[in-house]
Amino acid sequence: MSPHGETLTAEPVPATAPAPAAATGDAARRWRTRWAPYLFVGPAGLLFLAFSLVPIVIAVALSFQDTATLGEGEWVGADNYRTMLADPLLRTALLNTLVFTLGTVPTAMAVGLALAVALNRPLPGRGALRALFFVPMVAAGVVVGVVMSWIFNPDYGVANNALRAVGLDGLPWLTSPRTAMATLILVVVWTRIGFCMVIYLGALQSIPSELREAAAIDGASGWQRFRRLTVPMLAPTTSILLILNVVFSLQAFDVIYVMTGGGPGFSTTVLIQYVFRSAFADARMGYAAALGLLLVLILLVFTLLRQRATKKAEELL
Amino acid sequence: MTATVRPVPASRPSARERRSSRRRWLLTAGLTAVAMLVVFPLYWMVVSALTPGGQSASSDFYVWPAAPTTQNFAEVFAQQPVWRWLGNSFFVAAVGTALSVCVSLGAGYALAKYRFRGRGLLYALFLVTIMIPIQVTLVPAFLVVARLGLVDSPWAVILPTLFDVVGIFIARQFLLGVPDALVEAARLDGAGELRTFVRVVLPSCWPLVGVLVILGFMNRWNDFLWPLVVLQGNESLTVPVGLSTLTNNPAFSSPWGAVMAVATVAVVPLLVVFLVFQRTFVQGIASTGIK
Repeated sequence: MSPHGETLTAEPVPATAPAPAAATGDAARRWRTRWAPYLFVGPAGLLFLAFSLVPIVIAVALSFQDTATLGEGEWVGADNYRTMLADPLLRTALLNTLVFTLGTVPTAMAVGLALAVALNRPLPGRGALRALFFVPMVAAGVVVGVVMSWIFNPDYGVANNALRAVGLDGLPWLTSPRTAMATLILVVVWTRIGFCMVIYLGALQSIPSELREAAAIDGASGWQRFRRLTVPMLAPTTSILLILNVVFSLQAFDVIYVMTGGGPGFSTTVLIQYVFRSAFADARMGYAAALGLLLVLILLVFTLLRQRATKKAEELL
Repeated sequence: MTATVRPVPASRPSARERRSSRRRWLLTAGLTAVAMLVVFPLYWMVVSALTPGGQSASSDFYVWPAAPTTQNFAEVFAQQPVWRWLGNSFFVAAVGTALSVCVSLGAGYALAKYRFRGRGLLYALFLVTIMIPIQVTLVPAFLVVARLGLVDSPWAVILPTLFDVVGIFIARQFLLGVPDALVEAARLDGAGELRTFVRVVLPSCWPLVGVLVILGFMNRWNDFLWPLVVLQGNESLTVPVGLSTLTNNPAFSSPWGAVMAVATVAVVPLLVVFLVFQRTFVQGIASTGIK
């Protein structure tokens, strides 16, 4: 299994469990427990070095270069960062990212919470229902993308056919800059409600039911119990889900790539899409690297802000 | 992991019971309707795959095609190397998951059960990589893989994903819960460190291994962007990348039927795994969100 097997098992092993008097056995054991962790963590460490750390260092170096192809670049100082400040497309991409994140995260979390609360009750067929809501999680982003493109096809898609069947006009969905973003948000929320539901369900099950029963006996209505008891008890879960969902939204690529490729025009180009486009369509590797680092910065700032907010909230409580 | 506390059914007045039972059925009906809507897209994918031309000619809606046919499957399997794609995907997912689970278990064990110099720093560095989107390291990682001479090989897909922070994180959390006394006892019995891990610790970790395997396999089977960058020949693509090349393929006059057929083939294996191992699956997803 692991490459260091022989060195460890080949060591002399004391035959019986000795009393502390057996000093040599003790020393050997101490030596082993001192070095064993490095061997256990070694493979992960090496892979981390080769495929995470080295690429990040290269990315930082690239962000100070002008590289047209994958060849050697030319050092240009902070030019890429200066370009970023004056780039109107970047501003649009950032705005789109904000709209996409604000559209997906709260919606998915609210729907997920509602489903979790509903499915936490003893309902007939509860297990099957939970499974059904979870199914979209299993589908690859590309599969979701092509299936949804087909469903929202303005001419032949089943969505517009359904609208026309009830006498409404079909919508342009992905083909108009006015509706493309909303359609994408709808699709991404669809892929994510199962995840939010599962996490909330796990948290709900760890709330002692005596608490809810006591509140009910005290005459609290269903809504009051939800508002005053369930929501505060779920606050830590909500906090984690918020971070995860924001990270997912900032990194959402597959679905957008397949469904709109960032278009029509520039209407669904989020930051991550713009990074990809700069690197591979415009062949501006250096600029793409700088944009990528901006994205990392945004993620880090968000996480830190969130941590501080959680800490403040905990202090207040 | 989570203790489920079931409420003891108390005897209640029957009028209230009846009302609450009616409300329960209403709620179930409502939820069922929503659930239908939620699974509809995947259902429609299968229906379209079984309809000639993917229904592009008609605007009629039907729940099930009048004459379901596998013509779309036959056509696309004949024109594109779909079997090769499936084989590539399976190889990448199976080998990648097996190796990655070993790496994650080892790292998780070291981080959970040993005190060693640099442990805190290492773990912090690992965790920071969660924040780094793949697009940032895409070009540099490609350069590394190219330097290793692996472009267009399945190993180009496998190697960079072997380091799996979330897997290490889950493994560490789980292994923290394994009592130190168990490890100590094995050591006192004279077992070496590796033997202690494999013979004593690992057997109490099968739920963890199940979660890691299922999550790892799903993520690799569905992965898109990295394979898209490092795989080039049509014969060496994985299913998601192959699928994405079909949508704009001029070779198909009406590609929707073919696209839905390949999409179906891409989802069904995971759907089967999901239905068989539902509990482990859900637990795995949930454990990524638990601090």
